[in-house]
Amino acid sequence: MIVGERKPFEQIWESVKDLKSLLVLGCGTCVAVCQAGGEKEVGLLASELRMKSQLGGKNIKIGEATIERQCDREFFDKIKEQAVEFDAILSMACGAGVQYCSEILEPMRSIPALDTRFIGVTEVEGNWAERCRACGNCVLADYGGICPMTICAKSLVNGPCGGSKNGKCEAGQDKDCAWVLIYNRLKKQNRLADLNKVMTVKDYSKQTHPGRYINEVYLKPKMEEKSAQ
Amino acid sequence: MDNHYEPKVVAFCCHYCAYSAADLAGSMRLEYAPNVRIVRIMCTGKVDTLHLLKAFEDGADTVYVAGCEEGSCHFQEGNLHAKMKVIQAKMLLKEVGLEPERLEMYNISASNSVLFARAADEMTELARKLGPNPLKKARGEVK
Amino acid sequence: MPNSKLKQAFESGKFVVTAEAGPLKGTDITELEEIAKILKDKVDAVNVTDQQSSVMRLGSLAVSHLLCGWGIDPIYQVTCRDRNRIGLQSDLLSAAVLGIQNVMSLTGDLPAAGDHPQAKPVYDLDSVSLLSVIQALNEGKDMMGNELKGKTDFFAGAVVNPGADTEASYELQILKMEKKIAAGAKFFQTQAIYDAILFEKFMKRVEQYKVPVLAGVIPLKSAGMARFMNKNVAGVSVPQSMIDKISKAEDKTSTGIEMCADLIKQLKGLCRGVHIMAIGWEKKVPQIIEAAGI
Repeated sequence: MIVGERKPFEQIWESVKDLKSLLVLGCGTCVAVCQAGGEKEVGLLASELRMKSQLGGKNIKIGEATIERQCDREFFDKIKEQAVEFDAILSMACGAGVQYCSEILEPMRSIPALDTRFIGVTEVEGNWAERCRACGNCVLADYGGICPMTICAKSLVNGPCGGSKNGKCEAGQDKDCAWVLIYNRLKKQNRLADLNKVMTVKDYSKQTHPGRYINEVYLKPKMEEKSAQ
Repeated sequence: MDNHYEPKVVAFCCHYCAYSAADLAGSMRLEYAPNVRIVRIMCTGKVDTLHLLKAFEDGADTVYVAGCEEGSCHFQEGNLHAKMKVIQAKMLLKEVGLEPERLEMYNISASNSVLFARAADEMTELARKLGPNPLKKARGEVK
Repeated sequence: MPNSKLKQAFESGKFVVTAEAGPLKGTDITELEEIAKILKDKVDAVNVTDQQSSVMRLGSLAVSHLLCGWGIDPIYQVTCRDRNRIGLQSDLLSAAVLGIQNVMSLTGDLPAAGDHPQAKPVYDLDSVSLLSVIQALNEGKDMMGNELKGKTDFFAGAVVNPGADTEASYELQILKMEKKIAAGAKFFQTQAIYDAILFEKFMKRVEQYKVPVLAGVIPLKSAGMARFMNKNVAGVSVPQSMIDKISKAEDKTSTGIEMCADLIKQLKGLCRGVHIMAIGWEKKVPQIIEAAGI
């Protein structure tokens, strides 16, 4: 899932303190799973903002809502009418959702409550770890299912570097050396020979942004063409 | 302190231990501060961080969660979940500018009526010492 | 064909000695010039580090060029941390035009290690692919296959870490050494060695590749330095006996030099030369060389 982390409260407060009303909008998918921006977190943040606002002698009107996802436009229909009653939306979605919120509810202003961190997995509840950097050119089959782009701090395709110490990365004792992991995994898979391949350099042209992926099969036909049939 | 100020204390008590201790305190005619409003729940594991924040939003001066002793929760780990929620709520209260000490966790076994009474007294005394919930003053509800 | 003084030294069969000069933060090159004067004619080549430890410093390209002017054969170290493939190829062409003949390909420490931790790390290429790129430029083509007007003629080297401390990392180091040789590495320098027996095992493993290896040595200045390296520098393992010796020594400088010289004597029969990394002690290198009898 996309893992996000709620911004420090001070930062959020700075960006909303002068508003008269605010709708805290949660997202029920990725950020709900990593317990950063789902319905529960909306409730907590809204409560905090009410209290902070009251302690300052003000009384910002705080609304609360959560939609299934903020990355598909249909889900915004549910809150469109409600949203216009507020000065701004404090979106608890990932960066994509915050932007879509601004786009679909234009000219409504949306303010992010989260810092989007990475694409990752739940290693254990409370501990989410990055696994993929969306490089657009997946070669996991060659590395025993461990991504050198992501897990190696230097994204080395012909690793490791000389900084690998005790199976840990130069970046810190809490980080495993990706290449040691790759070696051990390939050993378990009986595929150590895979390491002999000299890996060609990454094609970074696939990562120029903003990216776009179109699958024409799924594009809905134009309505005029449809009615002509 | 303002002599019209009578602290409002909210206690979330689990049915199997803390609430039983409260009952026992009653039977034993133990005296303790009358300021505590008890909310009986089957297990403190049911308490959500939001309940704790809302208690303060609604004007509670101090709040505590009283569950079974660690290792003896009737539902295995409910009190451990509650412990984490209390820690989380304390963090959020601090972020907002309220004193995190206004919220505490107690572990009270069913027979420990004395501890139940003591908790009630401690949290009421704390509420007197810290003064009314700052939200009430900010909202003009107290002078 | 590359024909640097360093290459000639290897071909002559002598025990090759190289040292290291680390550029400082700033434009003041007086210290560097002094070091050059002291090392000239005492060593076969001098490595110039590239933003060592990710601390922003005077560039290895400029300093390598200066060393050429001061009569020293430099080894221009190039890391992959700061420049993409365009920048790297360009700087290599620049190096050739400025008379630099030896190049060493490295990955480079993470920015987090240095004084600009917020910098964006590049790592577009890695130390293996950089060697292939050097090979391409030597053949008159860039890495996309475009013809160059005027090619380079580099004598390329790389690093290897015989002190890699897990089975996985050790095997991977050997594997990487193979890949580097296939990509055009003509000589290697190692991370600091303190155990001649382990080094001998390593050399036995790699002698089949028939590529010259220079054993890295770092003279100890204090017990604290040894402990720091043991804790923080991957692949370096200073034995307790050496830590005790330097700790008890009254004259740490001469003991440090003596211990380094002794180590070099032990390593002498095992490889083609030695790479003396005298961090902050560059001016003492001639003493070490003399004490080691090389």
